[in-house]
Amino acid sequence: MKLGVKIMPREVILDTQGRAVEASMKSNGFNTLSQCRVGKFIELTLTTTEASQAKAEVEKMLKEGGLYNPLIERYEIQTGE
Amino acid sequence: MSLKVGVARFLGTNCDDDVRKWVTAKSHTAEYLWFENQFNTNEYDMVIIPGGFSHGDYLRCGALAAQTPVMKSIREFAAKGKPILGICNGFQILCETGLLPGALLRNQGLKFKDEWATLKVNQSKNAFSSKMEKNQLLKLPIAHGDGNYYAEADTLKKLQDKEQIWLTYEGKNPNGSLMNIAGITNEQKNICALMPHPERALYEWMGSQDGMYLL
Repeated sequence: MKLGVKIMPREVILDTQGRAVEASMKSNGFNTLSQCRVGKFIELTLTTTEASQAKAEVEKMLKEGGLYNPLIERYEIQTGE
Repeated sequence: MSLKVGVARFLGTNCDDDVRKWVTAKSHTAEYLWFENQFNTNEYDMVIIPGGFSHGDYLRCGALAAQTPVMKSIREFAAKGKPILGICNGFQILCETGLLPGALLRNQGLKFKDEWATLKVNQSKNAFSSKMEKNQLLKLPIAHGDGNYYAEADTLKKLQDKEQIWLTYEGKNPNGSLMNIAGITNEQKNICALMPHPERALYEWMGSQDGMYLL
C-alpha cells in the first residue's frame, strides 16, 4: 500500500527557501500571499497491505531510518487517497 | 608519531584526495574507508570524513551517508574516544549521525559561499587543536551551501558551558550560523568538525598554510 509523508521545516526554523519563493511571488504581483513555507512530500509504497502495520513501518523509517530530522523538521503521515 | 588515518568515502565525496594529500604531507598514512563496508576500529588512529555532496545531498545534507555501514564503525570508533574530524559535508554527516549536536541549514541568503574566512580559535583543548592557541585567528577557505549552524537554546548553552565551540567566524558571518559557529566538538572533544576546508590551505601558494595547524 501507498503512504505519503509530508515533511515541513519547524516553525522556529528560518525557512530560507520558503522566503525566496514568497519574495518571487510577491514581486510578480501576487499580493494576497502572506507567507510561503517549502517542505517536501515523500511517497512510500510498501508491500504490506495492513494499514496500521504500514503506518508503523513508516514511523520507524522516520525515527530510526533518518527520514526526517526532529531538530529541524516535523512530519505528517498521510494514508488513503 | 606517524598515524594511520582512515578517510571515509561516500558516493559524491569529493575532497577525499585532498585530505589524503594533507595527511601524507604530515607524514601520516591515509587509507580510504568505503561507505558500504564496516572496518576494524583498532586498525586506525584517526578518522576524517571529508567534504563533498555525499549521496547527492538528497533528503538532507549528510542524512543518507549517516545511515551507511561505515558510519556504524565510526560510531564505534567515536565511543572508544578516538579522534574524528568532519570537514564541511563531514560536519553535516556527524550532526545527522547524532555524534555532534545541532544541524546545518541552508545558508541565510541562499547563496553557495566559496570564499576565504577568518576564524577565531575559541578553545584549543580538542583532538585537532593541539597546535593552536586560544584566540588565534586562522585563514581558511569555505565552500558550502548549507553551513548555517542551528541548535536549540539549551544545546547552545551547553556548547558554551562545556567549551565545545571550537571555531567561530570573525568579522563577517558567511552563512547566518548561530553564535557565528564554524566548528564544534563533542563534550569529550575527540569528535571535531568544521565547515571550512583546512585541506585547501596547506602551502603559501594556496593562499594560506593555516590548515597545517589541525594535524
